[in-house]
Amino acid sequence: MSVKLGVPSKGRLMEKTVDWFAARGIRLRRSGSERDYAGVVEGIDGVELVLLSAGEMPRELGAGRIHLGVTGSDVVREKLVHWDQRVEALAEMGFGGADLVIAVPAGWVDVDTLDDLDAVAAQFRARHGHRLRVATKYHRLVREFLREAGVADYALVDSQGATEGTVKAETAEAVADITSTGETLRANGLKILSDGLIHSSQATLFRSRQAVWGDEERAVLREFEARIGL
Amino acid sequence: MTDAQAKRAARARAAQLMALFETAGATAVETALLQPAETLLDLYGEDIRARAFVTSDPIRGEMMLRPDFTVPVVEMHMAGGASPAAYAYAGEVFRRQESDPERPVEFLQVGYELFGGEDPARDDAAVFALVAEAVAPARLRAATGDIGILIAAVAGLSTTPARKAALTRHIWRPRRFRALLDRFGGRTPVPRGREALLAQTDPLAEAPPLWGKRGEAEVAARIAALREDAAAAPIGAEEIALLDTILGLRETAPNVLVALRDISADLPAIGPAVDRLSARLEALAARGIEVDELAFEGSFGRTSMEYYDGFVFGFSFPDRPDLPPVASGGRYDALTRALGGGTGVPAVGGVIRPEVLLAGEGP
Repeated sequence: MSVKLGVPSKGRLMEKTVDWFAARGIRLRRSGSERDYAGVVEGIDGVELVLLSAGEMPRELGAGRIHLGVTGSDVVREKLVHWDQRVEALAEMGFGGADLVIAVPAGWVDVDTLDDLDAVAAQFRARHGHRLRVATKYHRLVREFLREAGVADYALVDSQGATEGTVKAETAEAVADITSTGETLRANGLKILSDGLIHSSQATLFRSRQAVWGDEERAVLREFEARIGL
Repeated sequence: MTDAQAKRAARARAAQLMALFETAGATAVETALLQPAETLLDLYGEDIRARAFVTSDPIRGEMMLRPDFTVPVVEMHMAGGASPAAYAYAGEVFRRQESDPERPVEFLQVGYELFGGEDPARDDAAVFALVAEAVAPARLRAATGDIGILIAAVAGLSTTPARKAALTRHIWRPRRFRALLDRFGGRTPVPRGREALLAQTDPLAEAPPLWGKRGEAEVAARIAALREDAAAAPIGAEEIALLDTILGLRETAPNVLVALRDISADLPAIGPAVDRLSARLEALAARGIEVDELAFEGSFGRTSMEYYDGFVFGFSFPDRPDLPPVASGGRYDALTRALGGGTGVPAVGGVIRPEVLLAGEGP
């Protein structure tokens, strides 16, 4: 048996992951053409490369079908119930950084905190007859965050892309979205609430607690951890 | 016991409970398993999405697998002319679990709901006594509370209507309630951003352009409300102490009644609600409930769904903290107004979970 390492199958996240491992003497490469999703790990024995979309990584880690996997900490928290019991964060990799934040129109000068958002939600509902809509794709994280903060009278609306544009399009009054610099939010006339940081995410190497960890796999893991400096 | 045997046992127990409710005069009713999501979302807010299974079809749109019976039974009653009635029901409810894989996603509920009674104390006592009788073979601990007293206490604070409305809205969210109370009481400072905003003569003069449905008039109205709030005197420490005393009450019902009578000397607004509690205790005693032993908790019912607005109660196994309450219930007059398009009727009810009852009783 070998240890299965899940790596994002495309894009910048994949490139950065390959670089990160290369800097630690572990070479990841596709076994065949550009379109081949099988891969090879060189520089360490007993590790098998599995290329997956970053969004599928939490499910595969949670089910224990891969032993190790690289993905954003935001998707793990969003998609895995009791994530900390099912996976362990081995290393924060220092790239793919982004914050999940709550943002409202910059013109709402009366709103700076969650406390303000809650008060405005009550006012908005009384005036417009429906709840204040928050567009997001991170339903669970946002709902838990707002529940903890005691914000009421809002509704989440699903937005799988171009979330910043939903306010101008009048399909939402506020957004909860991923941003690295806040530039896209500002360009769309939005501002981040001063206490609206839900989660600071970055690419993270996770270990599945659900996968089979026999003597052999544990020996490979020890060698792997030594190579990446853990 | 296999799952199938457990299910059969629970159904048999549910049938017995149902028979008891019907003997007490209730009409047996059925509701659909699939409920329109909009009604439930409008009523409970986003939290219900975390608790209920959502599905959809192209014709009816979003539907939810029945998370409880109360809403459809109230709707049915209000649509049917809202004359006094008692209903009983039994069936599955479905609860999505986002955080605890151990909790069941479907379980049975057997319930009894009483609408339109003219004597709230008598009806509260009747429902409590009926549920107590139904679960009586098990040795359960009953706890009671009264959201009506909390609502009255907030209404009686010497402060602005806006602050009272904000506190009332968050009675069911204890942490936010506390944060508001601390700020209205001057115990926590005004957020810096708000101070800066109110220091400007015309905060809207150089404001960035507005997008979306919330217009300038609304922003201006909120700024005016914030100015009014900043000018208002803090809620006095004595009044906050009284409120804290009420929230912290954990005693037998008669002792609580004495304590509340004392408090009402300083907070007269709770007087009528305390009278209602007194009348309820007399009605319970008349039904044979041992009122002297009955537990009352000032904060009971604050963390459940926000539709109870008066008497609240629950029954649980005292030595089984791992089990959820066996039965719960209370008064929800306000819910009938929300679902009845403004016209409401007095309503009180309770539900029992047969599976929990069987789990606690053991083999």
